[in-house]
Amino acid sequence: MEKVLEVKDLKISFKTFFGEVEAVRGISFTVGKKETVAVVGESGCGKSVTASGIMQLLPMPPAFFKGGEIIFNGENLLKKSEKQMQAIRGNKISMVFQDPMTSLNPTMKIGKQIVEGLVKHHKMSREAAENKAIEMLKLVSVPQPEKRVNQYPHEFSGGMRQRVMIALAMVCNPQLLIADEPTTALDVTVQAQILELMKKLQDQMDMSIILITHDLGIVADMSDRVVVMYAGQIVEVGLTDEIFANTKHPYTRKLLASVPRLDMSKDEPLYSIDGTPPDLYIPPKGCSFYDRCSEAMKICKDHVPELDEHSATHQSRCWLNHAMAFKGNSRAGGEK
Amino acid sequence: MKAGLEFTPDLFSVAAKEDRNKEKIHRPSIKYWPDVWRRLKMNHLAMTGLILIAILSIMAFVGTEINGFKYFEQNYELINVHPDGVHWFGTDELGRDLFTRIWYGTRYSLFIGVMAALIDFTIGVLYGGIAGISRRNTDAIMMRIAEVIYSIPYLLVVILISVVFTQAGQGSSLFVLIFALTLTDWVPMAILVRGQVLQLKESEYALASESIGATKGWILRKHIIPNALGPILVNVTLTIPRAIFAEATLSFIGLGIQAPRSSLGALANDGLAGLPVGNAYQILIPAIFISLTMFAFNVLGDGFRDALDPRLRK
Amino acid sequence: MKRYILKRILLAIVTIWAIITITFILMHSVPGNPFRTESKMPPVVYKNLQAKYGLDKPLSEQYVIYLGKIVRGDFGDSMKSRVETVNDMIERGFPVSATIGLQALVIALCFGPALGAIAALNQNKWPDYISMIIAILGISVPNFIMGTVFIQFLARNIGWLPIGGWGEFRHSILPSFALAFLPMAQIARLMRSSMLEVMGQDYIKTAKSKGISKATVVLKHAVRNAILPVVSILGTVASNLLVGSFVIEKIFGIPGLGTFFIISIGNRDYPLIMGTTIFFAIILILMLLTVDIAYVLIDPRIKLSKEGR
Repeated sequence: MEKVLEVKDLKISFKTFFGEVEAVRGISFTVGKKETVAVVGESGCGKSVTASGIMQLLPMPPAFFKGGEIIFNGENLLKKSEKQMQAIRGNKISMVFQDPMTSLNPTMKIGKQIVEGLVKHHKMSREAAENKAIEMLKLVSVPQPEKRVNQYPHEFSGGMRQRVMIALAMVCNPQLLIADEPTTALDVTVQAQILELMKKLQDQMDMSIILITHDLGIVADMSDRVVVMYAGQIVEVGLTDEIFANTKHPYTRKLLASVPRLDMSKDEPLYSIDGTPPDLYIPPKGCSFYDRCSEAMKICKDHVPELDEHSATHQSRCWLNHAMAFKGNSRAGGEK
Repeated sequence: MKAGLEFTPDLFSVAAKEDRNKEKIHRPSIKYWPDVWRRLKMNHLAMTGLILIAILSIMAFVGTEINGFKYFEQNYELINVHPDGVHWFGTDELGRDLFTRIWYGTRYSLFIGVMAALIDFTIGVLYGGIAGISRRNTDAIMMRIAEVIYSIPYLLVVILISVVFTQAGQGSSLFVLIFALTLTDWVPMAILVRGQVLQLKESEYALASESIGATKGWILRKHIIPNALGPILVNVTLTIPRAIFAEATLSFIGLGIQAPRSSLGALANDGLAGLPVGNAYQILIPAIFISLTMFAFNVLGDGFRDALDPRLRK
Repeated sequence: MKRYILKRILLAIVTIWAIITITFILMHSVPGNPFRTESKMPPVVYKNLQAKYGLDKPLSEQYVIYLGKIVRGDFGDSMKSRVETVNDMIERGFPVSATIGLQALVIALCFGPALGAIAALNQNKWPDYISMIIAILGISVPNFIMGTVFIQFLARNIGWLPIGGWGEFRHSILPSFALAFLPMAQIARLMRSSMLEVMGQDYIKTAKSKGISKATVVLKHAVRNAILPVVSILGTVASNLLVGSFVIEKIFGIPGLGTFFIISIGNRDYPLIMGTTIFFAIILILMLLTVDIAYVLIDPRIKLSKEGR
């Protein structure tokens, strides 16, 4: 499949008062044409930093790119100047953000906000731009678009605003859409609508999507492949089916187990993973999941496992993959 | 695979549970007020202000005794002497030593500023607190009244009152001055306090506290007051230069403090006459001191505000 | 929203009335009689003067008469000037004061937001430090000191800039700048913190993600939102300008309304004091009202909400 985006060994850190925080510690993944890749993980695992990093929207002090490449359409984005990146943002790569209530300029009309990028990238007349804005509102199913195009954000509900955000992101027909937790701030019913919308637009426009989320429920529905991140690293990556049916990494297993299911009895306690992710300004010496892993072995404490292949598309980073993992072990009655 | 790493079966045995620390937190946890103080210390400008205030305060009391001249001592032989070795700040048109008079004036300026701030604070906290705790209607009425009082221009009121209560040609008594200065200035403090009380009355953590059994008194002590203290402190600190400025302006119009007492503003006004005849120091020196004082308090107030702002934590 | 505007107008009227009343009460509660300062005069003359100024009537009646006059725009006769009425003096002095005031306002509105924005966009670097030092000086150095410094160091050395007086445009330059310093500083500081807050908002990130230029992001998205709090302190700014003008006029020897006011205070010319005070207050309250209404009109979030407050 044609590769739209290739991230190679990306490292992003932050200079803070306490020292350097390694937010992204060498991740690699690809996104193909018309593919949806989900990036999952807890808060603080580095997925949002990755997303913003691809667009180079991170505040550059204190953030800095420590290493790696981001190849888009054959070119390394990290080598591009700010002006060149501006030509790409909103045009070839777009982003949808998490909180629709704060992501729109409260003092600017919706229509204007939608076509702002279009006017800059494709030089349109004011009239043509306004028509395009109405067209986009129709596309994202906002009722009464002719009237609404001249309204302000506070006159829209949360779900409506997110639709406007999507319209805004899609207006230049980007090749890649990065959606950073697009439904987290919305009600469940509205969530479904937004996801439907994104699927429909992806189909219509031959677009690739990177879907950042911590909600495995929507991953199953939307994505072709899944990248699981923990503490700034990729711990497992594979086709959605592979991840769900043949989970290899203990963290992924726990993530799946913690999704509440309709067929649970109401007396069953909700499962959650104990503990908190490690603080990344002293990166763990060995496997970053060591402290919370119920299957941890001695080797896991001091040595970082590499990515092992389970299939052409499925990899995970865990010492349990090693041939010797089940020799020195007695696993009878292990802890949960 | 790591070069040189020998894989022994032992390495792959189960790790001991005790060996794993699920909730490691690497950063030291920080308490509220010590942290505020730490952040304030980091602000060099604010620290400069604090030191300046300390120096001015000390000198306000001690400075008049340093060089032996009394603040009211007139000497017709030595009028309008420029600053020299004997009279470090020179003399005024009546031959009085300006160095001593400056510190004397500082004493009154500081006194007026601090008194005004304290009174504003007291009235503001009482009024605002009562309004915040009261029922909706009482609160609304109280706030309306405060609003009307506040829309009356501050300095106009000050001037009017001074005019009424003083004789022509004389200055105002200390009491009148302070009364005039505080008449309308307490309103921002009241609004602030009321806002804090309301906010915390309804806030989630007051509710949360109440839901786990805390009494209203405990909530007041542990939550409302510590939280409100910050903005109140900032407001009080910033009221002082406002009052000093108002008093200086009054002096400039001739309504300032009564002779023979003097404030920095009055000294500046006295010194104005020296400007066209080449004795600029007579107005410039008090002017510098007024500015320094106001600068110090403003910068300290700013520092408090920044140190208390949770968003500015580094 | 209309309800809000109506409420504000009502408040303004009430406040003006309150000031008139308070001023009246204060002026008439001065211990002793205003005419005692004059040398001893024959009782007949005294009685006539009293009658002329209406001082022989009961206080409440005087109040009503006075109120009536004010409403019709008649501020009465000066007690010290035989030639001019209070209205005459207001007519003479106000245009002068207004010129300086407006110039100062323009200066403050041009430089203030610019200084604040530059500081915010270059946070913790040199432009920030310099802008903020200027701003701190602006709020710490009283305007009469600023004026004195200007006279001493600028006017004396640059012949073209006059030390004082009035007549040509150049007479208004130094006074306007001296007067503008405080408001400019206040606006700059507020603009800086407002910009900093706005630049951290999500919608700025959205704007950047569209690939528009940094200049557009700053001007069309950041400044547009950051300037709103500045509009709300224009009321205080107006107030400061007004009162600051008294002192500036005194230093520069400018024949504006502030000077008349100060002289009237020195003379204890009560009708003049009352008249100018009330006039000032009315101007100020009108300015505050304008600012309040302007704010509501500019911020689209308030415009269309039903609450209106």
